[in-house]
Amino acid sequence: MLAILPFVLPNSFYVDLAIRMAINAVIVLGLNLLIGYAGQISLGHAGFLGIGAYASAVLPSHFGWNPLLAMLAGAVATGLLAALVARPIFKLKGNYLAMATLGLGIIINIAVRNEAQWTGGPDGMPVPAFGLFGFELTSDKEWYWVVAALLTVSVWASLNLIDSPFGRALRALHGSEVASRVVGVDVVRYKVAIFVLSAVFASLMGSITAHYVGFVTPNLADFFHSIELVTMVVIGGMASVYGSLIGAVLLTALPQALATFEGWETVAFGAILMVCMIFLPKGLVPTLAAKFGKAE
Amino acid sequence: MALLDVSNLSIHFGGVKAVQEVSFSIDPGIVYSVIGPNGAGKTTLFNLITGVYKPTSGEIRLDGEPIGGKSPDELARRGVARTFQNLQICMNMSAVENVMVGAHLRLDRNLVKAALRLPSITRRDAELRAEAAELMHFVGLDKYAEARADSMPYGALKRLEIARALAMKPRLIFLDEPAAGLNPKETIEVDHLVRKVADSGITVVLVEHDMKMVMNLSDRILVLDYGKKLAEGTGEEIRRNPDVIAAYLGAHA
Repeated sequence: MLAILPFVLPNSFYVDLAIRMAINAVIVLGLNLLIGYAGQISLGHAGFLGIGAYASAVLPSHFGWNPLLAMLAGAVATGLLAALVARPIFKLKGNYLAMATLGLGIIINIAVRNEAQWTGGPDGMPVPAFGLFGFELTSDKEWYWVVAALLTVSVWASLNLIDSPFGRALRALHGSEVASRVVGVDVVRYKVAIFVLSAVFASLMGSITAHYVGFVTPNLADFFHSIELVTMVVIGGMASVYGSLIGAVLLTALPQALATFEGWETVAFGAILMVCMIFLPKGLVPTLAAKFGKAE
Repeated sequence: MALLDVSNLSIHFGGVKAVQEVSFSIDPGIVYSVIGPNGAGKTTLFNLITGVYKPTSGEIRLDGEPIGGKSPDELARRGVARTFQNLQICMNMSAVENVMVGAHLRLDRNLVKAALRLPSITRRDAELRAEAAELMHFVGLDKYAEARADSMPYGALKRLEIARALAMKPRLIFLDEPAAGLNPKETIEVDHLVRKVADSGITVVLVEHDMKMVMNLSDRILVLDYGKKLAEGTGEEIRRNPDVIAAYLGAHA
């Protein structure tokens, strides 16, 4: 389906929308591994996305780094930061964990806003085109193929991971932490690992976003973006790979579809989310799968 | 030599002395029961030995090696398994996956290999799935082989916990009230199951309120009362012990 999409989409507006959907889908997949499967919350993931985006903006512009190298550096930095803070954070649970990750996201956002000599501050900064071996990614069609490939690989890897000893341990510590501890699961290590993995997913896709859009602003890393990502997980369905895709597609498309409401689109957006949560508390895909008797 | 050796074990929660100066030892291959009135400290004792709580004082030795205060996963590595009085089943997983989690330490848990679905991982997982199905057969859960955990009745989940513990291939298994909440027929089935587990060479430590089951299965019995050791001995000795009769079996004597 991903392969035929660019040929049926009527114009570049829809190609652009599809690319942004796919980028969000990859981030939401990673976040769903953390939230839906492992049962841990993060309200700061846009911060990690921001690190990736700004690594891809700052390192090539100010230091002349190769964009691919900059992207990887952003991912490594994000991974290290996530691992460093995760150990103490994952001694916390529930509301406290939510607060700690929220704080982390806000700190990253403030850092990006304040370091104006490097980041352009609140105004943001342009990002050079993504080039590799003399070949530059410019047209939307090219970007579409890159992003579609990334999404396909992410879905495949996520499905593999969930159905593996690692994935079972993650789901088990969600189901019963004490039971997984006594069968030998080092629960803190697993929580840290999946937190780092999902943060790196976000960072890489942050870099992709930066190159694709060609411009970064601190809004990319702000609290509202973190909430939007979590909402995509919840609406699509916790602990559901396909739910992540649906959540990302719907919530990326919804603001466009609601644009006709003019000043009221935010209200309509909120109302739709509330209705979804009231009638589909487990999210779209798990609720519908249960209804039609299909196990995922 | 004793498999498990507990000496002067105590834990205090603030002013509450839940377990006080308890000593006993368990020989390999036996069924050892811990009994006592509600709140006597039986589950707390289990939590201490399986690493869920850290002792305030005292020593626990497994094969002569001190294990007091070690984390549950370190104890799991040494072959200590347990079940829970209040069910601890992962309701977000299928029945057979719950059993497979029990084999966690015997598997390659590498994240990258798992994400790439390397043949070494899938082959081992397929073997394990068959092994888990066999364990479900062993505990009498054949008909739930394809079931989701959250669709199973309480009695079946109690046995699913035993299957998960057995998947660890433990040397020592702690069963915390395996027959609690079961009807008489199910209780007899669990009685037989515990016997089968013991016959397979695993040392069993049992907490149970069903006296018939305890007397029937146990090689030795420890009686706790208010966190203290009241008596220890064979079923016959315990039955005759005047302190035990006064504190616990009083109503029946």
